[in-house]
Amino acid sequence: MPGITAFGAYLPRRRLQRSVIAEANTWFDASLAAHARGERTMCNWDEDTVTMAVEAVRDMRMADSVDAVILASTTLPFADRQNAGIMAEALNLGTALRTMDVSGSQRAATSALMSALDSAAAGADAVVVAAAEKRKTRAGSPMELLSGDGAAAVQVGHENEIATLLGSATISADFIDHFRASGDDFDYDWEERWIRDEGWLKLVPEAVERALTAAGVNAADIAHFIVPCHLRRVPEGVAKKCGINAEAVTDPLLAKVGQCGVAHPLLLLASVLGSAEPGQKILVTAFGQGCDALVFEVTAKIADGQPVAGVEGWLATGVAETNYSKFLTYGGVMEREYGKRAELDRSPVLTAQYRNRAGVTGFIGGHCSKCGTVQYPKSIYCVNPNCGTKDTQEDHPMSKVPATVRTYTADRLVFSMDPPAYFGLVEFDGGGRTMVDFTEVDPETFDVGQKTVMRFRIKYIDERRGMRQYFWKAAPA
Amino acid sequence: MGRGIRDKVAILGMGCSKFGERWDAEPSDLMAEAFEECVSDAGVERSQINAAWLSTAFDSVNVGPSALPLATSLRLPYIPVTHVENMCASGTEAFRGACYAVASGAADFALAMGVEKLKDTGYGGLPARTRGVTNDMFAPNVSAPGAFAQLAAGYRGTHGLDKEDLKRAMAHVSVKSHANGAKNPKAHLQRAITSEQAIGAPMIAEPIGLFDCCGVSDGAACAIVTTPEIAMELGKTNIVTVKALQLSVSNGEEAGFNNWNGAHFKTTRIAAQRAYEEAGVADPRKEIRATEVHDCFSITELVTMEDLGLADEGQAWRAVLDGRFDADGETPCQIDGGLKCFGHPIGASGLRMLYEMYLQFHGRAGDRQLDDMKLGLTHNLGGHPVQNVCSISIVGHYDG
Repeated sequence: MPGITAFGAYLPRRRLQRSVIAEANTWFDASLAAHARGERTMCNWDEDTVTMAVEAVRDMRMADSVDAVILASTTLPFADRQNAGIMAEALNLGTALRTMDVSGSQRAATSALMSALDSAAAGADAVVVAAAEKRKTRAGSPMELLSGDGAAAVQVGHENEIATLLGSATISADFIDHFRASGDDFDYDWEERWIRDEGWLKLVPEAVERALTAAGVNAADIAHFIVPCHLRRVPEGVAKKCGINAEAVTDPLLAKVGQCGVAHPLLLLASVLGSAEPGQKILVTAFGQGCDALVFEVTAKIADGQPVAGVEGWLATGVAETNYSKFLTYGGVMEREYGKRAELDRSPVLTAQYRNRAGVTGFIGGHCSKCGTVQYPKSIYCVNPNCGTKDTQEDHPMSKVPATVRTYTADRLVFSMDPPAYFGLVEFDGGGRTMVDFTEVDPETFDVGQKTVMRFRIKYIDERRGMRQYFWKAAPA
Repeated sequence: MGRGIRDKVAILGMGCSKFGERWDAEPSDLMAEAFEECVSDAGVERSQINAAWLSTAFDSVNVGPSALPLATSLRLPYIPVTHVENMCASGTEAFRGACYAVASGAADFALAMGVEKLKDTGYGGLPARTRGVTNDMFAPNVSAPGAFAQLAAGYRGTHGLDKEDLKRAMAHVSVKSHANGAKNPKAHLQRAITSEQAIGAPMIAEPIGLFDCCGVSDGAACAIVTTPEIAMELGKTNIVTVKALQLSVSNGEEAGFNNWNGAHFKTTRIAAQRAYEEAGVADPRKEIRATEVHDCFSITELVTMEDLGLADEGQAWRAVLDGRFDADGETPCQIDGGLKCFGHPIGASGLRMLYEMYLQFHGRAGDRQLDDMKLGLTHNLGGHPVQNVCSISIVGHYDG
């Protein structure tokens, strides 16, 4: 039966306190004080929807080989360079797979999931659907407070499901609660009361009813009802209108995360799957120019399909961020003085990037077939002074290998978006060492001997040409 | 190792510009300033120079590529001129080229000129630059102090040292050099500092603070070399010759193979061993009278003392604090003030170090003059602790 076979999530470590946004902006709009409680997730400068989606997939127990990777988002870094293709290379999925970006609506992730389930029904063994969102919001806008940055991923297949698809439905309606023209940074939105009454409370129940009918499930039997809405009391209102129990309404994670756009339905699904019981029925909805609704039933395999960290794990690892100016800077909303060192121009070299993509994007090192020495990057001659043999290095993926810090510094001179810049020498378990940038460092505890894991991040952004260079960094384990 | 060039090359003359923020000077002015002193000291005509080497490191803010800037600035007589760049070891590379030319007999008189104009960037510190297409994709974006701060972490981790003890020793390295630099009219920074100042200075790259960093300045230095025989024919007495000239370049083992502890320079150890062998030095602590080492940062100098065999492994920090490398210590280090006080106009630094040794051997070092000059050692290090170029030269009185 088509269904979900694995799932994962990712939330950035920084949690911007909403109080600091409110404090800075209520002089202009006093109504923002209503949203001043709690915190929202916030990308580090070196994170975007691609890096978050990669982490969400790394969080799940993925099949050894996958048929397709689909990335859904309305905030993809590239309009014409396949973002899912970057993911596939970072995840070392090989070249024989289908990769695709899906965008254009807040329903992008659920629509992609429906298509993936169709593929599974037609025989696909493993299709990965990842969704990520990093909205750019104007300073002092309600969505600045209500949004969050995050990603989630599910894998679908047709056997060993942890949640089996029972039925689904879609309503398409050009209902414009908000829009963003191609090339524009910010959304333009309409009155919330109209969005609630004519949108959520009419289009969602219609889709839900059809999905329940298709699934042959009674509304009262739904144990988890996912309504990824940032408007207060709307999920409860929709549930009531659909005949779904109020207790079934899933916590929309607004207090600690914020609404993560296209990723939010899958993020809430990942959250639910983290604690769902076999036999429970889950109804996922997504709202955007209509509504998608999918009904799943949790199977006994749910216990074996749990992710590495999951939503709960990521929620627990946050650190409070109280610097609003940093948030505005990282979000590209504030024009900051970076100093002359930031003027260094590094244009992309696409030929060299293609040649080195396994090492750079896939973090594949070398393993000498003669002496067993692991080295990164892979080289022509073995680095072992007692070996030095030519052409003996086999591919050795190192992105999942833990490492230990041998040397480091906190550099305040070099240009960094997150000064001081931490970098140093790490040594990988099982051999190999390299100089790396560190990210997500806790200055209080960081020292030689720190255990690290590799994370896929942005290395450098070439603003002039709109290019961004991805690479792996070491983060405290 | 080949037979070497011990006593085959004599330093006939040297020159060194005033180092500092030379807002008024073009690189050509700096070169002319050093050259005029050098050529008059050597007692030869510009037209007698048969070959020349020019060292620079940063083309973009300096003279630009090729050997033309030297040939045109000095109006050299259409002789072979070669431009060399080997990061911070560039100055010694120019000297090596000139020495090899003389030792081989290809030239009777060869000129080595190093120049760097660092103060045309609009900001402090070294110019930000790319490291080449492929390196930029893999390597972290680092500053020089950040790269060398790694050494402090590695040294501390390897030898189990407290942060405070190491910082105190690093501070003394700088206090000592400033005391020496205060006696040198050509130095950029000529003021003494206290240990408290050094320790309390703003942090640049943990644990390297402002006073752990060498200065950034403009400058030029040069040498004219010939054979000892020709020097004697010219009536020179007290001839200073090259006893050893060695270079060791990392092959990437430190950065890529898990056997380097991050607490020493593999290249320096190898180059020192070869240089001592070439010069016939059996016990460097007894035979080397003074050193000018690559003190780009205080931690570099501290660790280099061990790599040169002038302090036991893991003990340099104590030797530094005991004053072993002070002006009145066993083996004075940076008697001219070092990179710390001269700054580090990269292409010029190796030649500036040799210039001080040359003055010391000729008894022309003024207030800094050391007695009983036997052998002097200069050391350059280009790159970063994980991957670098090290040059070592040993000079002394001609005893052939």
